[in-house]
Amino acid sequence: MTPTVSSARLDDYRQVAPRGAVDLLLRLSERLKGRRLVNVSGSRYRGLTSEVLNRLVPILNDLGIDASWEVTIGNSDFEGITRTVGRALTGTEQVITDAMVGRLRDVCAENARRLRLEADLVMVHDEAPLLLVESRAGESRWLWRCHDDLSSPQPQLWNVLRPVAQRYDAVIFSDARFAAPLSVPRFVIYPSVDPLSERNRDMSRAEQAQHLDRLHVPRDKPFLLQVGPFRRSHDPLGVINAYRLVKKHHDVRLVLAGPAPGGGGGDVLAEIQEAAGHDPDVRVLVLPPDPQTEMNALERGAAIVIHKPLTVGFGIDVAAAMWKGKPVVGSLAGGIPNQVIFGVTGYTVETVEGAAFRIRHLLGNPELIGRMGAAGREHIRRNFLITRHLGDYLALLALLTK
Amino acid sequence: MSAVPFVFLGCIDLKEMLPYEARDVRELLEVIGRVPIESLFCHTAAALLHRSALPTGYPNDFAHWTGLAMGDQRLAERLAAIDPFESRSLEQMREELVATISDHLQHFPAASPSARAEPFRFFQAHLVPVPTGHQARTLREFRDALAEVDLSALFFHLIEARYRLSRGRGDFAEWVADALERPDVAERLAAIDPYSGSLERIRDRHLTLLTAALDEGSR
Repeated sequence: MTPTVSSARLDDYRQVAPRGAVDLLLRLSERLKGRRLVNVSGSRYRGLTSEVLNRLVPILNDLGIDASWEVTIGNSDFEGITRTVGRALTGTEQVITDAMVGRLRDVCAENARRLRLEADLVMVHDEAPLLLVESRAGESRWLWRCHDDLSSPQPQLWNVLRPVAQRYDAVIFSDARFAAPLSVPRFVIYPSVDPLSERNRDMSRAEQAQHLDRLHVPRDKPFLLQVGPFRRSHDPLGVINAYRLVKKHHDVRLVLAGPAPGGGGGDVLAEIQEAAGHDPDVRVLVLPPDPQTEMNALERGAAIVIHKPLTVGFGIDVAAAMWKGKPVVGSLAGGIPNQVIFGVTGYTVETVEGAAFRIRHLLGNPELIGRMGAAGREHIRRNFLITRHLGDYLALLALLTK
Repeated sequence: MSAVPFVFLGCIDLKEMLPYEARDVRELLEVIGRVPIESLFCHTAAALLHRSALPTGYPNDFAHWTGLAMGDQRLAERLAAIDPFESRSLEQMREELVATISDHLQHFPAASPSARAEPFRFFQAHLVPVPTGHQARTLREFRDALAEVDLSALFFHLIEARYRLSRGRGDFAEWVADALERPDVAERLAAIDPYSGSLERIRDRHLTLLTAALDEGSR
């Protein structure tokens, strides 16, 4: 199945990409015209991989690269197994049986017969299609694009899957900290944000105000914002405690916004609501499905964005907030330290007290909020926009294929 | 006008992790002594490719890690002072790094790093050169194109050309001297210090100098 992808043109990014960057991409793609790149993922709609491919595939085609996107198909048991395997690979102990691994192998073999994988470069994303490589044939080069943290996989499972990963010509990780030891070349390519997406597009003050009013977020005083799932791993209670320490000195609000919790997550939401108590300056917002516009408006309206997960993947939401010119007070989890330059675009902290102290410092020196926000936006422009990501993929095509 | 145009090339870099890492300063010393020289280039001169215009502290990755992850400011300052752009070769720079860390450890035995300290991970950079579409035959065209090209073109012609491709004082100065026969301007271009600053600042310095040279010529 080849998913439908959104339409976008590289020229649209001239207004936001670094000077000269779009021309460089156009020139590089001229050299690569006609090369065939097949992406394979386990889902059309879920997660960061889908967001990125949805944007990159049409742009690559627009540039003359013969790019396609295939999706593996399996029954619901296959999806359940890939989720379990995904959790085990990121270090959460799971029960994985030989039968489960056998099922993965069989489904990937079936998909290999069905999918169109003839290409100069086959880029396989994440764990669901990982075993497709066992059916590789011909001259194609194969890459495994692993978005997850593979630094401490469950050993029994990794003993089985590591030889599979080593059948690829190279593996790409999102962060050096996520990389597992492998005998094949390992590249590091950071995720990116799309500045023209609904989440990140420019938004007038009037439109922001309209969305904030709709979300019942008053605009009479500055607000601190954390956007993320209502899960303990995102430390919402720690954020409330940090806010309380700040509140003694500054008249601010706190907005905790996230999607409606899935199975079992309602307890955490209830805990958060209880912790917020009757403080009218704490807003716990359950966002509607696919809340791209709402998150855009909230991030633009916030004075300071907090991103304080205890564990996280790369945490590219940080870059989304920084693109809107906001200083970020973030934890040291995942890829956050790669995005937040300490003391320049925000602060990384280890504790609730540290978060409160840094937020107080920013609120007490409001000129820093503007300066760090502007520095953050430039940092993202250079290092975390989708144009840089596109350049990385073109460079891979140039390096690995003839 | 030169018969030989200057063709601006930019580049895109891909970072490959190498199977080497160091968890403390002693290991850093040991690994620096044996990693491929490409990796030392990646962590010193090539750090400029992604160095922000923002004040982020130390100018090379070794100093940055020693100062922040190891908390050893004294060694970080000494490593920061090793200027890859002054070393005659990358191997000479390796010797300077090794000598500096060895000397430091003789006087200040390395403390144990905290359990949460991230190891130093060694990389090498693969550069893919890309024409920018800009070229110049006169000093004015050169100045105007330099203002427009992707920043990676400055890295490619100033750093990559000089230190990995062994092209003298870098492509800009060599072309201005040979093709435009302006050794005075070439001398001044070659003297711009790439070490303490970002590519944006280096571009600004080039543009200022070239504009002044054009003004002198028109008087």
